[in-house]
Amino acid sequence: MGVITVKRPAKPAKAAAPPQEKLPWRAKLRRDRSLLLMNLPMLLLVLGFWWIPALGNVIAFQDYNPYTGGIVESPIIGFTNFALLFQDPQFLRAMTNTLSITAFQLVFYFPVPIMLALLLHSIVSARLRAFVQGVVYMPYFFSWVLVVAIFQQMFGGAGLLAQLLRERGHEGVDWMTNSDTFILLITTQTIWKDAGWGAIIFLAALSTIDPNLYEAAAVDGARRWRRMWHITLPGLRPVIVLLLILRLGDALNVGFEQFMLQRSAVGSEASEVFDTFVYWSGLRTGDLGYGAAAGLFKGLVGLLLIVAANRVAHAFGERGVYSRS
Amino acid sequence: MTWALTKPGASRKPANLAPWEERPSPIGRLSKGTLVTLIVLAVLGPLYTIVLTSLSSAATVNRAGGLVLVPEGITFEAYQQIFSDTVVSRAVLVSTGVTLAGTLISTGVSILGAYSLSRPGSFLHRPLLFSILLMFVFFPGIIPVYLMVSGLGLKDSYWSLILPTAVSAFNVVVLRSFFMNIPGEVLDSARIDGAGEWRILWRIVLPMSKAVTAVVAMFYAVGYWNAWFNAMLYIDDTRKWPLALILRQYVVDSNPLPAATAGVTGDAPPTLAIKMAIVVIAVVPALIIYPLVQRHFTKGVIVGAIKG
Repeated sequence: MGVITVKRPAKPAKAAAPPQEKLPWRAKLRRDRSLLLMNLPMLLLVLGFWWIPALGNVIAFQDYNPYTGGIVESPIIGFTNFALLFQDPQFLRAMTNTLSITAFQLVFYFPVPIMLALLLHSIVSARLRAFVQGVVYMPYFFSWVLVVAIFQQMFGGAGLLAQLLRERGHEGVDWMTNSDTFILLITTQTIWKDAGWGAIIFLAALSTIDPNLYEAAAVDGARRWRRMWHITLPGLRPVIVLLLILRLGDALNVGFEQFMLQRSAVGSEASEVFDTFVYWSGLRTGDLGYGAAAGLFKGLVGLLLIVAANRVAHAFGERGVYSRS
Repeated sequence: MTWALTKPGASRKPANLAPWEERPSPIGRLSKGTLVTLIVLAVLGPLYTIVLTSLSSAATVNRAGGLVLVPEGITFEAYQQIFSDTVVSRAVLVSTGVTLAGTLISTGVSILGAYSLSRPGSFLHRPLLFSILLMFVFFPGIIPVYLMVSGLGLKDSYWSLILPTAVSAFNVVVLRSFFMNIPGEVLDSARIDGAGEWRILWRIVLPMSKAVTAVVAMFYAVGYWNAWFNAMLYIDDTRKWPLALILRQYVVDSNPLPAATAGVTGDAPPTLAIKMAIVVIAVVPALIIYPLVQRHFTKGVIVGAIKG
C-alpha cells in the first residue's frame, strides 16, 4: 500500500499495562482466553498462508520434484540453485532491470507526489481543492489490468494517439509494445495511478507547518519562493527523508502485476523483474525449487534492505516502518 | 509553475488574503490554473472517451475510427449485448461474490485480530503481534504460497481468491492503533460493569470505530475486486473467471473469450464499444464506493494513521 505503510506500528506512549502485570501465566491465559479466541482466525490464516509457506522455502535448497518426492523426499542440493541463479543471464537481467527501474523512478517518480502536494496545497479555494484531490486520488483504486487497458486505448497501436496522428497524415505510434521506451511507459503509468494518492502524506505534513512561520517570514520580507525554500521544504524534510529511505529499503519491489501484464507485449528483455522471473522460471517452466530460490533470494535481500533502511531512519531520528520496544 | 503559499481556506479575494500575503501575479495564477486543468484532464479525459465509446453505436465508432471524442447519440447496445451473454455476466457475478465474501471475512478477521492485539501485557501478546509485523518485511514468495494453495486443494476454488490475501498486516495495524487510542477508562468502566471482551468490542469499540472500519473494508473490497494475479494463478476453469481475467484476455490481449459466445464477438455493435463497456463495468464499483469513503481520507483515519 505504498507510502502509507510508513511509521505505521504506533506505540502509544502510555503502554497501558495493567498494574497486576505479574500474574502467573495460567491466570493470564484464563483472563485473556476470549482475546486469544478472537485472534484465532487471523492466526490460522497467517500460519497457513505466511508461516508455512515461509518455511516451505526449504525447497529452494532441494532438487524439488512435486511428483516423485515432494518436500520430504526430494534430495537436498544445498546452495546449487542459488549458484545457478548467478550464472543465469535472465536472472541477472531481472536484477539489472529491477535496480535500474528503481533508480529511474527515484528520480522521475519520487518527486512528483511532493510537487503535486505543493500544488494542491496552494489551491486557495477549498471546494476546488477538494474536487482536484478527489480526481487525482481516484486512479489509485483502479486495478493494474484496468490501467494497462486504459493506457493501451490511449497509446497503443490502435489507441487514441495513433488514431489522431493518422487522421492528420502522420504515422501511428505504439508505445505499448516498444521495449526501448518501456521504462518511460511504466513510470508514466505509475505516476498516473499512484502519484495522487502518494501526495496525501505530504499534504498531511504540509498541514502541520505552523502558519505563523509564514507570517513571520513575510513580515521579515521573505517573498513566496523564499518562504517555500526556507519554511515549506524544511517542514517537509523529515517526511521526504523517511520516504526516500523506505523506498531504498524497498528497492527490489517495482510492482508486480504491472510487469506480469505487459511482459508479453514488450518482451522479457525490458520487462523482466525479480517477481516475473520467479513466476516464469518456477511456475511456467516447472522448476519449482529454482524459482523458489530466486524468490527467497529476493525476500531475504529485501529483508536486509528494510532492516538497513530502518537503521538509517532511526539514525536520522525517525521512527521508520517499525520501532524498537 | 508557481505554488503560492496561501493559507488553506483563505479566500481568493485579495481582500481576504492575510495582510502579509502578496497578491498572486496574473501569470502565476494562469500557469497554476493551466497545470491544474491539465492534471484533471489527464485523469478524466481517458475515462470520458472510454465511457462515451461504450455508449456509442457501431456507426459512430466507425466514423471516429476508434475511440469516440464527440458524442453522436447514446445507445446501450454494447451493455445489452454483454448482459444478454453469459460469459461477462457470470464474471461480474463471480467478482461481486468474491468481493463481498472476501471483504466480509477479511474485515471480520482483522477487527477481531486487531482488537485481540490491542492489549499489551495480555497472554502471548508479543509473539502474536510479532507474527503480524513480520508480514511487513518479508514475503514468503510466490511459489511456496502457490504450493500451499494447491496442496490444500484450493485450485479452481473461489477460496483461493480469498484466503491467501485475507489478512493484510497494514489494515490490521491501522485498526489496532485506532483501538489502542480509545481511552482505557471507557473500557475499564465497562469491564467493572461485568462486560466481557466480546461485548466490549461489539457494544463500545466498534460503534466508536465506524469510520476506520469503513475505510479498512473499502481497502479490502477494492483489493478483491481488482485482484488479477491470484485468479490467473489459481483459476483454470474459465467458467469461474472473475472480471479481471476477462478484462485481460478480451480487452488487453484482444483474444477471443473462452467458449466464445456469439453475442460478444458478433458484429452488431463493434468490438471496441463492447471492450470499453467491460472497462466501464470494471471501473464502476470503485467509482461508487469511492465518494462514500473519500471524506475519511483527508481528515481522520488516513492522516491520523500516518501521524501515528
